[in-house]
Amino acid sequence: MNKPFRRRDLLGIRHLSAEEIVGILNTAENFREINSREIKKVPTLRGKTVINLFFENSTRTRTSFELAAKRLSADAVNISISSSAIAKGETLVDTALNLDAMQPDCIVVRHSSAGVPHQLAKVSKAAIVNAGDGANEHPTQALLDAMTIRERKGNIDGLEVAIVGDILHSRVARSNIHLLTKLGAKVRVAGPKTLVPNDFQYLVEKDLRVCPNIEEAISGADVVMILRIQRERQDSAYFPTLREYAIHYGLTQERLNLAKSDAIVLHPGPMNRGIEISSDVADSSRSLILDQVKYGVAVRMAVLYLATGGAASNG
Amino acid sequence: MKLLISNGHLIDPTEGQNSGKNLLIEDGKVVAWLNQNESVPEDAEVFDATGLIVAPGFIDLHVHLREPGQEHKETIASGCAAAVAGGWTSVCPMPNTSPINDNAAITRYMIEQAERAGLANVFPVGAITKSSDGAELAEMGEMKAAGAVAVSDDGRPVPNAGMMRRAMEYAKDFDLPVVDHCEDKSLSSGGVMNEGKMSLLLGLKGMPALAEELDAVRDIILAKETGAHIHIAHISTKGAIEAVRRAKNEGINVTCEVTPHHFTLIDKAVEGYDTNTKMSPPLRSEEHLEGILEAIKDGTIDAIATDHAPHHADEKALEYDRAPMGITGLETAIGLAFNELVHKGLIDLVRLIELCSTNPAKIFKLKNRGGLRVGSIADITILDPDLNWTYKVSDSKSKSKNSPFDGWEFQGAAVAAIVGGKIVYRREIKES
Repeated sequence: MNKPFRRRDLLGIRHLSAEEIVGILNTAENFREINSREIKKVPTLRGKTVINLFFENSTRTRTSFELAAKRLSADAVNISISSSAIAKGETLVDTALNLDAMQPDCIVVRHSSAGVPHQLAKVSKAAIVNAGDGANEHPTQALLDAMTIRERKGNIDGLEVAIVGDILHSRVARSNIHLLTKLGAKVRVAGPKTLVPNDFQYLVEKDLRVCPNIEEAISGADVVMILRIQRERQDSAYFPTLREYAIHYGLTQERLNLAKSDAIVLHPGPMNRGIEISSDVADSSRSLILDQVKYGVAVRMAVLYLATGGAASNG
Repeated sequence: MKLLISNGHLIDPTEGQNSGKNLLIEDGKVVAWLNQNESVPEDAEVFDATGLIVAPGFIDLHVHLREPGQEHKETIASGCAAAVAGGWTSVCPMPNTSPINDNAAITRYMIEQAERAGLANVFPVGAITKSSDGAELAEMGEMKAAGAVAVSDDGRPVPNAGMMRRAMEYAKDFDLPVVDHCEDKSLSSGGVMNEGKMSLLLGLKGMPALAEELDAVRDIILAKETGAHIHIAHISTKGAIEAVRRAKNEGINVTCEVTPHHFTLIDKAVEGYDTNTKMSPPLRSEEHLEGILEAIKDGTIDAIATDHAPHHADEKALEYDRAPMGITGLETAIGLAFNELVHKGLIDLVRLIELCSTNPAKIFKLKNRGGLRVGSIADITILDPDLNWTYKVSDSKSKSKNSPFDGWEFQGAAVAAIVGGKIVYRREIKES
């Protein structure tokens, strides 16, 4: 195998090099095949312990990480804190130190506050994997998106990718912008101006453009990535109604026709059908939404393998 | 009881003094300036200030001492110990104690606690409105009689322009400056850092510079209208600074202060999510820092104030967006001012002393302070502009350790503080 991502924590895509990203993707390719075997289990991480520490509700991501750990024979424990420890007055650092004292090899953490994985990484001996922190990053989502794009398009370099919707509150958008531009894609973002501040164009040094409307963003795109409208992450109204959002910013077949004829559609899920994406688009052959979920397991196997030092011990 | 400060270099901006002089102090007052070849009065204690700068005592217009109510963060005694160790002979605590300092009894209590501690002078800032909730005026006249020197609703700025106008009109009757933490919360609410490229990059909710600028402009217009003195606390944005500059040119009674962290750090420091980079106003971007440095140089900024805001370690050990705002600052301010302003050639020592003593005394109308002419109160800060030292937060006199400057190396420090003629702090110089 390659020698990808030498750091053990995966806190975000932003600080990874293109080489490290490709290394993780290549490792994931190697693990992919295991998931289609009849016996979907290899002993690679036997004896390793993975704690899935979820401070925020998640079905898909947590299940995906759990399956990834189990298919590599790691022992996986799920903890859903939903602020209960915090309600008891425990600080974030205490929670981390208590779990760390049980000597896990890896803590997969999701939290509604940006930066929590970074804060835990400073105090924890276990490798920290970010499974989504507030509006900051969701690195494994970007990696599985990249795997999905590579599968269909062969390469990411040179692709035109449109990311549409609530960019401001989206960790998926941030991780994807970093990953795609590092691998040579050109990214356009669009959505209601209240959710796509102009300063976004400075997020990365090149190959990112804030478009004045979604039609311009989609036109000629190879990949159209639709973001979920997350009302729960918005503290006040950024647009008047879901109805108006669907009419002006939703991905309909008509808008998708502006993209390249072989353009693909991605969505991180769960979808709000009829709002940010129409059902006919979501269910069309262009939509690779279920592939994304499928590759998610392989990507997380690769990340857990690399984070727990599997590469070192199995070389 | 006589004290002679001998062989020092005396700087007193109020007298245009900037050369060697001995200072004779008796009964807490400056009684004579003596030439350095004059004989020493035999009965005087001698403080040898050879190679040191002797300056009027530094006055911090903006601190949080947490007492009464949050003594686990700081007490008046521990805050005053940190103050004098940092070279501040007087501090002005904001009213956001628990309960709020919105009445004469609490104002008096704070002053009494300071007298018990016997370190720095404490000049409380009373609330503008009862409980600082913006609804009804607090008893400013009574607070002033008890010793309050200004009014402010600090972290909970009066949102209503009508109330602010009335507050300014009323405060003017008592000759009290109105201090405002300028922040239009309808723009900044929920924000945890400066709004801009860095907040987008880090996925944290931003507080736009606009929120400060808008409120500052409102206050300046109200000051013009009412004739009241508005003092803008911890100014941090280019726009608000520009508004102050224009207002001063128009002759409006406006002054402003800046914190050491705002003239040192920018929002890039938030990278890594260290909660000791979280404060309000937040660390701004490079362009605002440039605006601040320019305004320190050209005189638009009148004073350096620390906004010393102690928080217990447990409270800061939280998620970035849940941790409280604020950092300690009393012991690092002078080191930062030397590093960032004096040694970089932006200002000279005279201007530093104006910013830390002469101007603060004028702004809060503290009589017989801010200068050392004969008859002045003998509050003195002794500086060593070349002392090399490292700040260790574990050695801090404050009860709280929430500083982003742990381990920073400084050239220049306050090495002694004299309050009312009494040496209350002397730095131990470790021989190397």
